[in-house]
Amino acid sequence: MHEEETGVMAKMSFEDAATRYGAEPGGGAPTKVKITFVDSQGQARSVEGEVGSTVMETARRNDIPEIAAECGGACACATCHVYVDEKWAEKTGKASQMEEDMLDFAFDVKPNSRLCCQITVRPELDGLVLTTPAQQG
Amino acid sequence: MNQLKEAAIETDVVIVGAGPAGLFSVFELGLLDIKAHVIDILPRAGGQCSELYPEKPIYDIPGLPVCTGQELTDNLLKQIEPFHPTFHFNEMVETLVSLGTAEKPEFRLSTDAGKIFHAKVVFIAAGGGSFQPKKPPIPKIESYEGTSVFYAVRRMEDFRDKNVVIVGGGDSALDWTLNLQPVAKSITLVHRRDQFRAAPHSVSAMQELVAAGKIDFKLGQITAVEGEDGELAGAILKGNDGVVEKLACERLMPFFGLTMKLGPVADWGLQLNENLIPVDTEKFETSHPGIFAVGDINSYPGKLKLILSGFHEVALAAQKAHRYVYPDKKLLFQYTTSSTNLQKKLGVS
Repeated sequence: MHEEETGVMAKMSFEDAATRYGAEPGGGAPTKVKITFVDSQGQARSVEGEVGSTVMETARRNDIPEIAAECGGACACATCHVYVDEKWAEKTGKASQMEEDMLDFAFDVKPNSRLCCQITVRPELDGLVLTTPAQQG
Repeated sequence: MNQLKEAAIETDVVIVGAGPAGLFSVFELGLLDIKAHVIDILPRAGGQCSELYPEKPIYDIPGLPVCTGQELTDNLLKQIEPFHPTFHFNEMVETLVSLGTAEKPEFRLSTDAGKIFHAKVVFIAAGGGSFQPKKPPIPKIESYEGTSVFYAVRRMEDFRDKNVVIVGGGDSALDWTLNLQPVAKSITLVHRRDQFRAAPHSVSAMQELVAAGKIDFKLGQITAVEGEDGELAGAILKGNDGVVEKLACERLMPFFGLTMKLGPVADWGLQLNENLIPVDTEKFETSHPGIFAVGDINSYPGKLKLILSGFHEVALAAQKAHRYVYPDKKLLFQYTTSSTNLQKKLGVS
């Protein structure tokens, strides 16, 4: 998936996204959202994330490279480190104290660093863009 | 290391790894009178359970609706007490050499602490491999490892009268900042933020040293190192304020926690498949007779990396191990509920 398309997705209205990503019959919130992982070389991969699961689980299910997730989602290893795209920082929120502590064990930590096992997929994250670091472990 | 001269430790089985699969191996082998020595690189039992999620709940251990990683470990240790396993912590098995034959296997194992073991069978219960220090992505850092860059302190003397840069905010970073301060010429602690996950008393002791001008603290990260022939001359600090400066130093200690690496297992001549050890599902034996692989490190069609799978695997592997250890004894299948023989071994009859 290319930059242009990501841009288009970001501009899509909530209703469009709901239609495209499987809204429940009766107009409920979408159950699937689009998440784009950009690797350290700049290659983007867009996948469907299930609402209620974590971004890390979404990455693993779709064989996204550069997400090791050694501990399997216990916030105990700092190997699912991602950088949240600026536009999405507010919606993904801030790292918890436990997550900040664990980020001490990640490399090249920046203000937009998160551990993606701690980001739950929600309908308002449709279009989320994340970048992965070159080295996790 | 002078233990190299130490005589070999003779045992029925060496179990590599003290996680749940390794610990329950002691139990299943113990019921069959097979004596175990258990070796683990970590300082305590439990493997990933104690290292990664000691406080996290586990919900899929049969018969235990919920328990934490630490509780499971403690219970396993209690369960295997009757069999008096000998633990060797903080040690990694480096070499595994076959001395026997397919019918009568025998093995020689050596650890990085210089211990030698002779065993009739080997259980590899090494999970995701050995926990090893994470190495930061600093170009050429590996050429300084062991001479100027250290991930643990083996000898304090290596740091005497040296300018030392320590990176990290956890207990290891803070403990070594405090311990090396009286020995080193100077200490600079580098961390990405001014909060520390280390024990509060270590943090305040460190802050007092900073206030007294006895150590330096810098906010930022190390991005490069300088020096030649393995001798470090400086580390480049990129401060959180964007300012780049060179810290003159002869020693660098990065503390970024542990990661799992397959490690020496890869060099033991066993067939491997994507860093896992293929086994059969009757005996969980590897491509080499007498060497078994149980728990997360093995692979077979349908394998699930669950603790409960590991428990099943060790029970079956122990049956075959018995044939190697006691080739002349017939193995009778018995239940702990009803067998007075087994109950005697468990110390409950």
